[in-house]
Amino acid sequence: MKYEAVIGLEVHVQLETNSKMFTRVPCGYGKDPNSLTDAVVLGLPGALPVMNYEAIEKSIKVGLLLGCKIADTCKWDRKNYFYPDMPKNYQISQFDQPICEGGEVEIEMPGESPAVMGKHRIVQLTRIHLEEDVGKLTHFENDSLVDYNRAGSPLLEIVSEPDLFSPEETFAYLTSLRNSLIYAGISACDMEKGQLRCDANISVRPIDTEKLGTKVELKNLNTISGVKNGVEYEIKRQIKAIEAGEEIFQETRRWNPEQRYTTSMRSKEMAHDYRYFPDPDLMPVKIDKSWIDKVKKELPEKPFDKQRRYMEEMGLPYSITSALCPDFSLCEFFEETTKLSNDPKKVGNWVVNGLLRELSASREKGKSISVKDSPITATHLAQLIELIEKGVVSNNVAKEIFPEMFSSGRSPEDLVKEKGLEVKSDQNEIESLCSKAIQEDPDAADKFRGGKEGAINALKGLVMKATRGQANPKVVDETLRRLLSK
Amino acid sequence: MSSAVLLEKTAVELSDLLRNKEITSEEITKAFLKQINRIDDQVHAFLHLDEQDFLTQAKDSDKRRAQGKSLSPLDGIPVALKDVISVKGQPLTAASKILENYISPYDATVTRKLKEAGAVIGGRLNLDEFAMGSSTENSAFGPTRNPWNLNCVPGGSSGGSSAAVAAREVPLTLGSDTGGSIRQPASLCGVVGMKPTYGMVSRYGLAAFASSLDQIGPFSKTVEDAALLLEIISGHDPLDSTSFPTEVPSYTQKIHDPLAPCTLGLPKEFFGEGMDNEVRNSIEKAVEFYRSQGHRIVEVSLPTTDLAVPVYYVIATAEASSNLARYDGIRYTSRSNRAKNAVDVYAKSRGEGFGEEVKRRCILGAYGLSSGYYDAYYLKAQKTRTLIREDFNRVFKEVDAIITPTSPTPAFEFGSKSDDPISMYLSDIYTISTNLAGLPAISVPCGFTEANLPIGLQLIGPAFNESSLLKIAHAYDNEHKFGCVSPTLAKE
Repeated sequence: MKYEAVIGLEVHVQLETNSKMFTRVPCGYGKDPNSLTDAVVLGLPGALPVMNYEAIEKSIKVGLLLGCKIADTCKWDRKNYFYPDMPKNYQISQFDQPICEGGEVEIEMPGESPAVMGKHRIVQLTRIHLEEDVGKLTHFENDSLVDYNRAGSPLLEIVSEPDLFSPEETFAYLTSLRNSLIYAGISACDMEKGQLRCDANISVRPIDTEKLGTKVELKNLNTISGVKNGVEYEIKRQIKAIEAGEEIFQETRRWNPEQRYTTSMRSKEMAHDYRYFPDPDLMPVKIDKSWIDKVKKELPEKPFDKQRRYMEEMGLPYSITSALCPDFSLCEFFEETTKLSNDPKKVGNWVVNGLLRELSASREKGKSISVKDSPITATHLAQLIELIEKGVVSNNVAKEIFPEMFSSGRSPEDLVKEKGLEVKSDQNEIESLCSKAIQEDPDAADKFRGGKEGAINALKGLVMKATRGQANPKVVDETLRRLLSK
Repeated sequence: MSSAVLLEKTAVELSDLLRNKEITSEEITKAFLKQINRIDDQVHAFLHLDEQDFLTQAKDSDKRRAQGKSLSPLDGIPVALKDVISVKGQPLTAASKILENYISPYDATVTRKLKEAGAVIGGRLNLDEFAMGSSTENSAFGPTRNPWNLNCVPGGSSGGSSAAVAAREVPLTLGSDTGGSIRQPASLCGVVGMKPTYGMVSRYGLAAFASSLDQIGPFSKTVEDAALLLEIISGHDPLDSTSFPTEVPSYTQKIHDPLAPCTLGLPKEFFGEGMDNEVRNSIEKAVEFYRSQGHRIVEVSLPTTDLAVPVYYVIATAEASSNLARYDGIRYTSRSNRAKNAVDVYAKSRGEGFGEEVKRRCILGAYGLSSGYYDAYYLKAQKTRTLIREDFNRVFKEVDAIITPTSPTPAFEFGSKSDDPISMYLSDIYTISTNLAGLPAISVPCGFTEANLPIGLQLIGPAFNESSLLKIAHAYDNEHKFGCVSPTLAKE
């Protein structure tokens, strides 16, 4: 029998806000343990939460970007459980009235080749709710340590419908969602820093059947590839179990990325009763139309919309847009340069095949320069394209000086001048060089005269060699033809 | 001026003496310290007192006054706080073993306001553990005794706050009121106690019992003193989301404006069975007084009255079960040394650290929130709470204030109710509904029983109308001043 997997994802995203969700302590990563705390974060007697409106606004932004219905009030509930990651032993969250409901994420599956666009599909969302993040526990042999720096940071939980059907779709969904969140300036979504975390609900069923199988919740999927591998493993495990006549239990399992398998954490019988109830310390926050309208004005273009625009309106090939569009800053750089140079195709090509390469090279060297800090500015790149266009430098020369523009941050004009790399178009000089070439290779000259068109290239090569590639190819061509026709 | 005379003064009188430089804050503070040292081993109102700090603050106040830089009419007046209100660097035990070694690293908003007003803050006052109780018998550190009769309870949960004022150990105190915890002990100890409108006084820094019901309020000898203290501690606080953005009128000035004839309501449901006859007579006399002053007395109906106690014990315990979850033996609370694993740390630390009543309420509250029971208990209680609020709103369309007794009985003897939680819960039968409705209410001493135990009159007003409520209460109190009568114990 053939089986189909049904997968729903719960994605947690840390919102990038100045301060924590319910107090003035700043959010941050990599600080001394328990340094980003105060009475509220530590849940000291008498401490009270006060809502950070920035967190609500960013949640609205995500909701609008993903086409959700935004709630008219933002209401808070307490999720009660005893665990040392939460100093109050309850988490402030949203239970029955999430800030966003519905919504969708457009995904793209891999195409036949990197140059071909893959199939697109819409994945449905269930809800998005806002809650406070918990602290981080580190377990040792005999004891555990807890760091509350992360506790109380605003955290969005984005829950999809069981609307993904393979590890590849899961990967595509997560990638697309992550791009949208970065576009909206919600979060850097760095999984290594825990800014984006993911749990998956996975079940399998015989293909072409409707009824969902028993679902297993998979945790500890801490990298995008971990999500793909973990989901893939779990699907195989379930199919194997079913084929062996075993029953799938409703349980929570943990992905072990090093050993690449999943283990059971707890069964359904051990599921918590969280005793949710409205948090009496917080008043519901009204979200009115004017607030939503204000946020709407700040919405970015969605990644796939941008990609379609680049292809349809600017004529960029898919392979260039698929390299550009996942990176919001790269797109910004591209558009800024396009405004100056007016040739989007050439700009796109230079950004992807020039700049992007230099940036990855910098990463490999361990320097990791981001687009925003790129030493080559949009102005420099536009200048370079203009120099080629005007025939001041050849394409080859441009490629040659590009790495130096990147390493030195100097303008292409400066570099070309300093190195004397301008194209030589001086008629007298080129004529004498052409005559010299004909004398040096009379065979080629004869062949050309005898009608062998390609033979002229050998002569051109000699001229270029003599000028170190700087002779204007058009002038050389004309001159040679003129001399040879005499 | 002899210290015996000083102890009898109201805060307003002490403030005048200070302003006229007839006395220093140091002299006042020393007089009260002497009284505390003389009788508190009998009363046990105080859980902790840093005498040195108390005197230093008084001297600082005197220095300010000498430089003409007094901060407010309260500058130099001693105020003691219930041991659930945070003061930076001071213990905060909530009368619980689980917080025995906790020192608060920050000031509650009311503490900050008192400091900014120059009040001399001294001492941590006893209470029922985590403010749960009506007799102070639930304190992990031993009960407080009623200064009028040491065999009787002072009421609770703010029994330390009421007894300290009654015993003349301090002129002003703060307590907290979740279902009557200010008014009932005020009534039982013969002092004034007021619960402001929910949202009028910041809860920031008050160790929470039930967040949607808790309010901090003053204890004093007179209504005028209560107005003075309330004026200082009230006002919007950005650190408390439930604090209401409203201006605080000058209660101390408004209280002296002439009181226009008003309508006072007697809810018929409150005057049924279970009320002590001496209490009833005393209240009737007070009602007669108002009538004689030209105010109209009408009977009103609050049909949801008998629902208040059950609704309260579902909502308050539900919130408490969650609010007290943080006392878990993991961080600042005492950890059981019998704990062998993580679950043990919770179970044993809480098992050893909490008293019976706190455990009873946490279990009750958790039960009402559990899946499958939520709709039948918590949700239903919330809906009923709305009905109770609507009942009051309707009545306040007709009347300016409601008159009831504060407590159905005067102070009762130790042990007489401690084995019967329900009969203990019923001591708050007249006070609980105002917390559920969020309304301001004040208990004013209105006489004594034959056994010389104080009786209290409760006045309930519409939300955020403390001004008018204080004025109505002052009209009675200014003529009777039962709160200025001292128990024999307090006299040297």
